[in-house]
Amino acid sequence: MKKTYRLRDLDCANCAAKMENAINKLPEVESATVSFLTQKMVINYIDGTDEAAALAAIKKVIRKVEPDCEVLA
Amino acid sequence: MTRKQKRLLVRIAAALIVFVAGLFLKEWWRAGCMIAAWIIVGYDVLWAAIRNILRGQLFDEKFLMALATICALAMQDWAEAAAVMLFFQVGELFESLAVERSRRSITGLMNIRPDTATVLKDGEEIVTEPEEVKLGDLLLVRAGERIPTDGVIVEGEASLDTAKVTGEAMPVDVSAGMRVVSGSVNLNGVLTIRAESAYEQSTVARILTLVETAAEKKAQTERIITKFARFYTPAVIGAALLLALIPPLVFHQPFAEWIRRALTFLVISCPCALVISVPLSFFSGMGAAAKHGIVVKGGVALEQLARTKTLVFDKTGTLTEGSFSVQSVHCTSGTEQELLRIAALCEQYSNHPVAQAISSACPDPKGEARNIREQAGYGITAEIDGKTAAVGNARLLASLGIAPEESGEVGTHVYVACDGRYLGMISVADSLREGAKETLSALREQGIERFIMLTGDNERSAKYYAEQSGVTEYHAQLLPQDKVGFFEDILSGKKKAEAVAFVGDGVNDAPVLTVADVGIAMGGVGSEAAVEAADAVLLKDDLTKLPTLLRIAKKKTAIAKQNIAFALIVKGICLILGALGYAPMWLAIFADVGVAVLTILNAFRTHKN
Repeated sequence: MKKTYRLRDLDCANCAAKMENAINKLPEVESATVSFLTQKMVINYIDGTDEAAALAAIKKVIRKVEPDCEVLA
Repeated sequence: MTRKQKRLLVRIAAALIVFVAGLFLKEWWRAGCMIAAWIIVGYDVLWAAIRNILRGQLFDEKFLMALATICALAMQDWAEAAAVMLFFQVGELFESLAVERSRRSITGLMNIRPDTATVLKDGEEIVTEPEEVKLGDLLLVRAGERIPTDGVIVEGEASLDTAKVTGEAMPVDVSAGMRVVSGSVNLNGVLTIRAESAYEQSTVARILTLVETAAEKKAQTERIITKFARFYTPAVIGAALLLALIPPLVFHQPFAEWIRRALTFLVISCPCALVISVPLSFFSGMGAAAKHGIVVKGGVALEQLARTKTLVFDKTGTLTEGSFSVQSVHCTSGTEQELLRIAALCEQYSNHPVAQAISSACPDPKGEARNIREQAGYGITAEIDGKTAAVGNARLLASLGIAPEESGEVGTHVYVACDGRYLGMISVADSLREGAKETLSALREQGIERFIMLTGDNERSAKYYAEQSGVTEYHAQLLPQDKVGFFEDILSGKKKAEAVAFVGDGVNDAPVLTVADVGIAMGGVGSEAAVEAADAVLLKDDLTKLPTLLRIAKKKTAIAKQNIAFALIVKGICLILGALGYAPMWLAIFADVGVAVLTILNAFRTHKN
C-alpha cells in the first residue's frame, strides 16, 4: 500500500535524510522516501498494516528529528 | 517571502541595529547590547537547541550554533557571540529564500490542476470540483479557466494555451468538433465541452500522478551522499572531541582555545550543503525539462540518461508518424494531379487508412464519381466523367486485363487505371517523423554511440526507415514479447557504467519501457501503462525534444558532481584551517551556510535556457 503525504515546515535537507532513515527502520514500513524539495513523503507500507497506527509512529519519528514539521494528509 | 521568512528578516534588522549601537558603547552597556542582539536574532535557535537536547538529537546545526555562541559569551567575547548568530541567521534566510524560490519556480510549472469545473445541467450552471465531472457531462469553460477534463467542443471557439500540458508555446485555435486536452487554459472564448473522460482518467490527472511519483525515484548520487552523511557526521564529531580533549590533556594547551577550535570544526562540518545540493540539481533539471513539455520522473532518470550510450527506438509511431500518407506518385500517362484526382474521387467514401491517405493528399477533388463499387481485397471501380476508373491493388488491375509496373518501393501500392488504360501508381506508406534524421545526428554529437530500431514490420520496410533516419542497427519482424527479449540482450551486452535508453510511443511498449534503464514514452500520457512504466514522458509527439532532454540530463548531472566537489573541497580546507586555529567563526559559518547557498545558486544557474 503506497501513500503520499505532504509535509509542512520541513526546514533542513539533512533532517529529511535523517527522517527517511528512521522511518525506513519502522517495522510497518517497507520503504519510505522523504523529499525535502517537494516537501513530500512517500510511504510504502507492508501489506495488511493498520495505516493510522503506523502513521502515528511515523509522526513520532518526524517530531523527534524536527519538532516543527507537520504531516498533512 | 513567507511569513516566517519576513519575521526572520525583521529580527535580523532589529538585532543589527542593537549590535551596531553596542559597538559605540563601553563596558557593561556594550555587553548588554550584544547579549540583547544575540537573543533577538537567535532565540529560536537557542530554543530549538534546548528541545533537541531533550529529545536526544545532538549535533545538528542549531545545537552547534547555540553551543558556539554560549562558549563565546563564557569567554566574555560579547561581540563575537552576537555577530556569529547574526551571520548564521542571515545565511539561513538566504538558504531558505533560495530553496523556496526554486521550489516555486518548479511547482509553478507543474501547476496544471484545474480548480473548478462548471457543469451545465438543464440550462443551469453548477460549479463543482473537477473530480465530480462524469463522462458525457456538458462543461462550460470561460476565458481564463482551465479545461477540467479531456473532451470534445460542442460549441464555441477559442485560443488555448497548452504550454504546460504539451510544452508547445504557440496557442492553439480550436472550434466545435475538435478535441481538447485537460489542463489547457482557455485564453479568450467561451467553450461548451462534452466530457470524454472522468477527471481521474484525464490527461491532467495522469500528468499529476506522474509528477507525484517523481519524489520516489531518487538518484543514485543522492543516495550515496545521504549514506555518506550518515557515516560522516559521527566521524566529524569524534574528530572534534579529540581536538577538544587531546591537546589540553596531553600537551597542556589552554582548554578554551581548543574547545573553540573544536566548535568551529563542528560548524564547518555540517553536511547540509552536500545533502541539499545533489537533489536540488536534479530537481532543477526536472523543472527545466517540464518547461519543454517533458515530464521526468525523478533524478535517477536524468542520471541514467547522462550516461546513456545506446538508444533503442520503436519504429511505428516513434521514428515514424504511425499513420499513412502518400509518399510518391508515378505517372505513366497523364499528370500527377489527374491521377490523384481520380484516385481520390474513387476512394472518397472509404474508411480504409490507405484511402484516407489519398483523400488527404487531394482534398475536395473536382468532378463526380458514380457507381462506386468496392471489391474487398481488390479495390474500387467507379464511373468518373463518363469513364470507367479502377483504383486498387495489382490483382484488381490483373482482373481487368491490365499489367501494372513493378516497384521496389516501400509501402502499399495503389494502381490507377482509366478506360482500360494504365495511368500510374500511388505509393502510400507511413512517413518518417519530421526531423528524425536531424535528431539522430544531434544525439550522435551528444555522445550516443549506438542507435537500434526494433520493429514488428517486415525486413524491407525496417531497412528503409533505418536508412532514412540514420539508425545503424535494426531488428525486424519482432513480436511484442520478442522486443523485451531483444532488449535484455542489449542490456546484458553493455558496459557497466553505461546505460541503455528506450524510446517508444507508449501504447504497446510498456514492457520494454519497464526493462530499460531509461524508458522514454512519446506522445503524452495516452495510456496508463506507459505512465507507470516510463521514466520520462514527452508530452508532445515530438522526437526533436530528445536532444533537449539529453542536454538537460548531462548538464544537471555535471552540476550535481560540481556541487559535491565544491562542497567537499571548501569544507576540507576550512576543516584544516579550523583545526589549526586559523578559521574564525564567520568563516566556519560560510563553510556551512554559504556553501549551501552557492550550491543552490549553481544548481539553478542554467535554469533559464
